[in-house]
Amino acid sequence: MQSLQDTASQVRRDILRMVHAVQSGHPGGSLGCADYLVALYFHFMKHDPAFAMDGKNEDLFFLSNGHISPLFYSVLARSGYFPIAELATFRKLNTRLQGHPATHEHLPGVRIASGSLGQGLSVAIGAALTKKLNNDPCMVYSLHGDGELQEGQNWEAIMFAAHHKVDNLLATVDYNGQQIDGSTAFVMNLENLKDKWLAFGWDVLEMDGNDMNDILKVVAEAKTRMGKHKPVCILMKTIMGKGVDFMEGTHEWHGIAPSDAQLENALSQLSETLGDY
Amino acid sequence: MLIDFPVQNEKETRAGFGEGIYEIAKQNPNVVALTADLAGSLKLNAFMKDFPERFVQCGIAEANMIGIAAGMTIGGKIPYTTTFANFSTSRVYDQIRQSVAYSGKNVKICASHAGLTLGEDGATHQVLEDIGMMKMLPGMTVIVPCDFNQTKAATMAIASYDGPVYLRFGRPKWPNFTPLDVPFEIGKAQIIHEGNDVSIFACGHMVWEAMKAVEQLEQMGITCDLINIHTIKPIDQDAILKSISKTKCIVTAEEHQQNGGLGDSVSQIAAQHMPCPHEFIAVKDSFGESGKPLDLLQKYGLTSEAIVAAAKRSVARK
Repeated sequence: MQSLQDTASQVRRDILRMVHAVQSGHPGGSLGCADYLVALYFHFMKHDPAFAMDGKNEDLFFLSNGHISPLFYSVLARSGYFPIAELATFRKLNTRLQGHPATHEHLPGVRIASGSLGQGLSVAIGAALTKKLNNDPCMVYSLHGDGELQEGQNWEAIMFAAHHKVDNLLATVDYNGQQIDGSTAFVMNLENLKDKWLAFGWDVLEMDGNDMNDILKVVAEAKTRMGKHKPVCILMKTIMGKGVDFMEGTHEWHGIAPSDAQLENALSQLSETLGDY
Repeated sequence: MLIDFPVQNEKETRAGFGEGIYEIAKQNPNVVALTADLAGSLKLNAFMKDFPERFVQCGIAEANMIGIAAGMTIGGKIPYTTTFANFSTSRVYDQIRQSVAYSGKNVKICASHAGLTLGEDGATHQVLEDIGMMKMLPGMTVIVPCDFNQTKAATMAIASYDGPVYLRFGRPKWPNFTPLDVPFEIGKAQIIHEGNDVSIFACGHMVWEAMKAVEQLEQMGITCDLINIHTIKPIDQDAILKSISKTKCIVTAEEHQQNGGLGDSVSQIAAQHMPCPHEFIAVKDSFGESGKPLDLLQKYGLTSEAIVAAAKRSVARK
């Protein structure tokens, strides 16, 4: 538990330093989802950093909201998929750490490109279907932005997964209520989101994505609901920018980088637990 | 007809697809088929009956189908997506671009009812831009077989090629003249006929029109190379250059927009290595319309007569 929180603190430092170094990237959602992704990779998922694309007999994770790539890269590096020092190349020429995750440069840990929104749930469903065909008992996790649900392809996928009883899939929505142009309520209201997923035939759980205790409890519960003929969704309340007081709870930090002074301030709020890259 | 390619029968190229995917599914347990509510039109009935666990009905949701196919490759499946060509390409271009092509996924995008010969349904369904869209994607292989036998062979061959493929075929019954059960070689042009005066490069249904044109041209004393460019990408540059180094002029024929099609690809090769006169038989920056397939080909200038006239123009420009 403490170890997971320490790891999340270091991951948040990585995120801020990566985005600051290139003055580019998306810190807000990355910070908000840090606790969840750390819990997946350091507690829940059966996975092998030696990385095989096919991931047979491993749990798989798909990031649909690819703009929170700093988080994904930090967690992969800290899990041993590639050298931690490589985080310094984020978004720079010739990097494997592209602005949005890609397989094209063969970065270990990434199984699909994402960035153009709304595509990841379909991909995760496909991977889950193949696990069933292969009699592979492991499961598939996916993460989606809430604003991303405005893309229609999601609802095609949501309908499909219930119809085909894709019950080895846990899709989590980063329910922070923010998107680039403002709050989701202002830009394009998602409500009532829980009822929508339920109406489409999913099993729905709710969770505080910035409370490690709650994450451990709710994801464990979700895992017990695998194999019950329904796909499972977690609506995960998070605070965009979580962990840095001046970034929290606003869409303003969706896609901008901190200045030198802001970085210093932000890092002072987060313990360096595992050593900066 | 041309002596090496007697017409055996008339069959739909899409039926060749249906037989091909059934045969390859028997041989390769990783082959899976997805459809967006067009299993019947894509002739998947036998596949569905004998391999129900490997058939995925996606409903009328093509974007999701492409994404699911991309995901299914992770773990070793070889997904064939099936719907009409328009819904296989322009409707889902970004899904193909990001989740399939950029991600390098082993998805086979199988597209029926391409071009004008779809007929009465009209321009909403008659995609004439798909070859261009697909060939522009880095790493995408683009295949346009000419008849039933070749479509069947291509459908089987792409299973053993690791990478994204766009396979384009059509709706109508069409003369079936390539030899039965000849293995399909991706990227290797097929020599249909050899001559000296003009090189005719064709794909899809237009190979048949070109064969009729070659007979007429030879009666006029114009001898022709007729080469079936069934693989638009990667294109067989050697075959094209070998032919035009002899004939010094070109006709291309395709059931597609002139912009972005086979003609463009051939012209790029000629322009860089061996510039020479080139006449294009293709749709000229126009949408299609409702009508009977042959009437549409007539109206839009995609006929053997048009190829004959184009060949004469190309020869005269040398």
